[in-house]
Amino acid sequence: MRYIPLIIATIIIAASGQVSFAEDVGDPTAVKSEDGKYLDKDGNPTFKVGADGTLDWYTYSGYRRYHSECHVCHGPDGMGSTYAPALKDSLKTMSYADFIGIVASGRKNVTSSQENVMPAFGDNTNVACYMDDIYVYLRARANDAVDRQRPSKHEPKPEAYTTAEASCMGKPQ
Amino acid sequence: MRKMLLATCLGTMVASVTGVAFANDEVTKLASNPKDWVMPSGDYANTRYSKLKQINAGNVGKLQVAWTFSTGVLRGHEGGPLIIGNMMYVHTPFPNKVFAMDLSQDNKIVWRYEPKQDPNVIPVMCCDTVNRGLAYADGKIFLHQADTTLVALDSKTGKEVWSVKNGDATKGGTGTSAPLIVKDKVLIGISGGEFGVQCHMTAYDLKTGKLAWRAYSEGPDDQIKFDPEKTVSLGKPVGKDSSLKTWQGDQWKIGGGCTWGWTSYDPELNLVYYGSGNPSTWNPKQRPGDNKWSMTIFARDADTGMAKWVYQMTPHDEWDYDGVNEMILTNQKIDGKDRKLLTHFDRNGLSYTMDRVTGELLVAAKYDPKVNWTTGVDMDKSSPTYGRPKVVDQYSTEKQGEDVNTKGVCPAALGTKDQQPGAYSPETQLFYVPTNHVCMDYEPFKVNYTAGQPYVGATLSMYPPKGDTHMGNFVAWDNKAGKIVWSNKEQFSVWSGALATAGGVVFYGTLEGYLKAVDAKTGKELYKFKTPSGIIGNVTTYEHGGKQFIAVLSGVGGWAGIGLAAGLTDPNAGLGAVGGYAALSNYTALGGTLTVFALPQ
Repeated sequence: MRYIPLIIATIIIAASGQVSFAEDVGDPTAVKSEDGKYLDKDGNPTFKVGADGTLDWYTYSGYRRYHSECHVCHGPDGMGSTYAPALKDSLKTMSYADFIGIVASGRKNVTSSQENVMPAFGDNTNVACYMDDIYVYLRARANDAVDRQRPSKHEPKPEAYTTAEASCMGKPQ
Repeated sequence: MRKMLLATCLGTMVASVTGVAFANDEVTKLASNPKDWVMPSGDYANTRYSKLKQINAGNVGKLQVAWTFSTGVLRGHEGGPLIIGNMMYVHTPFPNKVFAMDLSQDNKIVWRYEPKQDPNVIPVMCCDTVNRGLAYADGKIFLHQADTTLVALDSKTGKEVWSVKNGDATKGGTGTSAPLIVKDKVLIGISGGEFGVQCHMTAYDLKTGKLAWRAYSEGPDDQIKFDPEKTVSLGKPVGKDSSLKTWQGDQWKIGGGCTWGWTSYDPELNLVYYGSGNPSTWNPKQRPGDNKWSMTIFARDADTGMAKWVYQMTPHDEWDYDGVNEMILTNQKIDGKDRKLLTHFDRNGLSYTMDRVTGELLVAAKYDPKVNWTTGVDMDKSSPTYGRPKVVDQYSTEKQGEDVNTKGVCPAALGTKDQQPGAYSPETQLFYVPTNHVCMDYEPFKVNYTAGQPYVGATLSMYPPKGDTHMGNFVAWDNKAGKIVWSNKEQFSVWSGALATAGGVVFYGTLEGYLKAVDAKTGKELYKFKTPSGIIGNVTTYEHGGKQFIAVLSGVGGWAGIGLAAGLTDPNAGLGAVGGYAALSNYTALGGTLTVFALPQ
């Protein structure tokens, strides 16, 4: 749990070198995998959908975590609500580093008629421990690789994932 | 002394010794004047019924827009305006502006008030930045702010008279409910069931803002203001530590049981009635026990806050069926006898009819036939499970377990009815109920508690019941027989508060934005008009200059604006199939308008 803020800080420091949000987010094709997590050619987490529709673990897990923590503002399936953007569209032009940065630190869009505020989730282990899962799920949605519904077939939960999850979440109250 | 006087003179003006009781008498008197609308629920009994009958079933078809007002805010507009004499008071969602308008001067804004609040309270509000309305008494307008501040404003100038902080937004406590004036006190609840807040109902002194009493929903007997021998549930004393015994360890300290709904009051019995919300977290396996007193109807003494009777509707909640909906107080005959009743349409899909004096349970019936998580409440007084709902294992998220997707539970977490209040007409003796017709898949999993962060722990997916495509019904209900009398289908959940009038008309608003008028006896649609945005406000009526007006706030949002904006999907549609239901975003966009209707000249 202690190392999560360190990891996020590292990513934010790395991300701060990049300026615009509407940059090329890169080809999402999975080129290699590490302990059940698939990575694209830039080394960023990505989704993998098998020919028979089987999803990688992270995409499946991201569906569940998104619908617990993000759905309350951003609507079901990344579709948006009356006041929060549709992340299935946002992720078309948002890089992995920017995504992590926003989820960790939050965001404010304050005008005279609207005050939209997203909280910082960096200290919330229910989100911080599952950032990659949520990112991979939304990336799959943005690329139309996953439909508007609960994924059914998925790869099994990798053992390394279980160990990392337990270590990150600590002991729940 | 004051109690005895009120008992003998039902709601009539009392020449009291101290000037303090005057505030309640003033509010009671104003509430009985049909030209005014002095509290968000219309009257203390929460009937949302008006004696005005200039607009009736015969002429309502000719209704026209008389005037409109833009609030300048774009989020979910719940609640409705207050009208006292020639003054109308309109409130908004965050930033919680208040406008005081003079109806005799072409609705000129006499004063406006905008509190300065930290916008960081916005993301701590689970279900949009809504506000359910203002309160008025003793020359003051009371506003409950999102950041839990309760402020008293001079009704003539808008200047702050006093201000008090009721909770802590950094720990997830927020304000959305309307305050209620009771005698010399103003009562206010608090939100935060999705943030592990130990919620409470608090009474402040009307004149000074000094705390009079606070009753928590869970905790030790002194904190929840229970007397182990005198506080009863279904006729039996609750006993010592009735709440603590039903929580594991210290979990009650982050227990929820929030009080963000409606409160009603019986001046003769001197009791206030309200319900508590869900226990924290949404994962039932993380909080074993009945989790008392979440999901509970409370009857408390208005002066001291001590609980007289209680009844927990959904012990050990597994679905987020908050118990905060309005408690409608009526006097009706059952089996030839006059009874003082309380009728409550709960999120869990059951409508409860109770004796409001003793807390006896008379009827518990489904007001949507598709409700399936329970086969009903055990009504056998000699049974060890008397008063408890019988849970169906297939739809029990507790039984199915963590990390298991429990499918097809009806109603969905947003309930057969959410906070949108129903109405009662003493002429038809029917209740008019705006309902949701939605089911869900619900999958709990382990979550950690962090102060000020969501403490949820369940994945949710919603859709209409199998075989149906509509997501709402406007229902006329018989609370004595426990039966639906008529039901009008609506494409979307009906998320507005209803209004019943002596003109034989019932009004409600739809999420597409229609203000609708239907015949109180038959449900036949008599009028509709599309306002600028989806309606989640409560329809209100008043009279000015000899003319009756109907007023409603438009401004889509609330939980409906989150779950329904993009449309629900068919869980049975195969991969790649276009399975879906109507999307709210195809009918309406954000807005913030008050539309006022009247008959043509």
